[in-house]
Amino acid sequence: MNIVRYQRLPQTDLTAAFDRFANLRDEFDRVFETSFGSVFRPLGSLNRWNPAVDVYHNRDHYTVYAELPGLKKEEIEISLRGDTLTISGERRLEENKGEGARTERFFGKFQRSVILPVPVNSEPVSATYKDGILKVVLPKAEEAKPKQIPVSVS
Amino acid sequence: MNVVTKEQNAPAEVAAQSQRQVRYVTPLADVDSTDEGYTIRAEMPGVNKSSLEITVDNGELTLVGHRQIEAEPGESVYREIRPVDYRRVYELDPTIDTTKISARIEDGVLTVTLPKAESVKPRKITVE
Repeated sequence: MNIVRYQRLPQTDLTAAFDRFANLRDEFDRVFETSFGSVFRPLGSLNRWNPAVDVYHNRDHYTVYAELPGLKKEEIEISLRGDTLTISGERRLEENKGEGARTERFFGKFQRSVILPVPVNSEPVSATYKDGILKVVLPKAEEAKPKQIPVSVS
Repeated sequence: MNVVTKEQNAPAEVAAQSQRQVRYVTPLADVDSTDEGYTIRAEMPGVNKSSLEITVDNGELTLVGHRQIEAEPGESVYREIRPVDYRRVYELDPTIDTTKISARIEDGVLTVTLPKAESVKPRKITVE
């Protein structure tokens, strides 16, 4: 005869459930406090300029595109540390004379980092900026390029 | 648009029609207004003077920018950029003098200047 022993379900009785709920509320509060702060302060990464990037690769190079309209060459910083390419800079707010301006564009500092899966040489890396698009070309390190291994038959 | 045509099995024609349904993305734009007029600054990276179409028709300003896309340099590893053309339409304030609208594009930012008509600007009236 099978007797199913009655067991109180562990950890899921009512009081424990409410405790978890309260913790969840605390979590939410924490998130709101750190990211949002006061209503008028910029919302961390939600309100920062995150330029879009594309990464391509072929046998010899990585090519990274970044959409950075309205900048001057001097305002863009590109740095390569190990396998991480970082594109950063700051776009200054233009002089706005009028009231009633509708602003959708982002201004201020921006930064995007791309981790490259394969080692690259730091020379020669080229970067060009045209029509608001930055293009960085990084040559792959010699040992990282795919190699043909000849098979010899003895 | 004619959906039903005589020749149902004309593949070349069908391809041409579906190509006309181009998708656009709305560019981010700041609009600034003063007593003198309006200034629109729209971001269209990848667009230059030759690929821009700006038209004013019946109180509407239409901005269209075609991206100059280069051949892909290999396989894509990661893509965020949408290779789509830009389009935005504005209804013009009737006080704008449409004959004086000017535009220029630099580094992917299109600036359109829309001056208000002279007669509309606030002016002092001298008392005789």
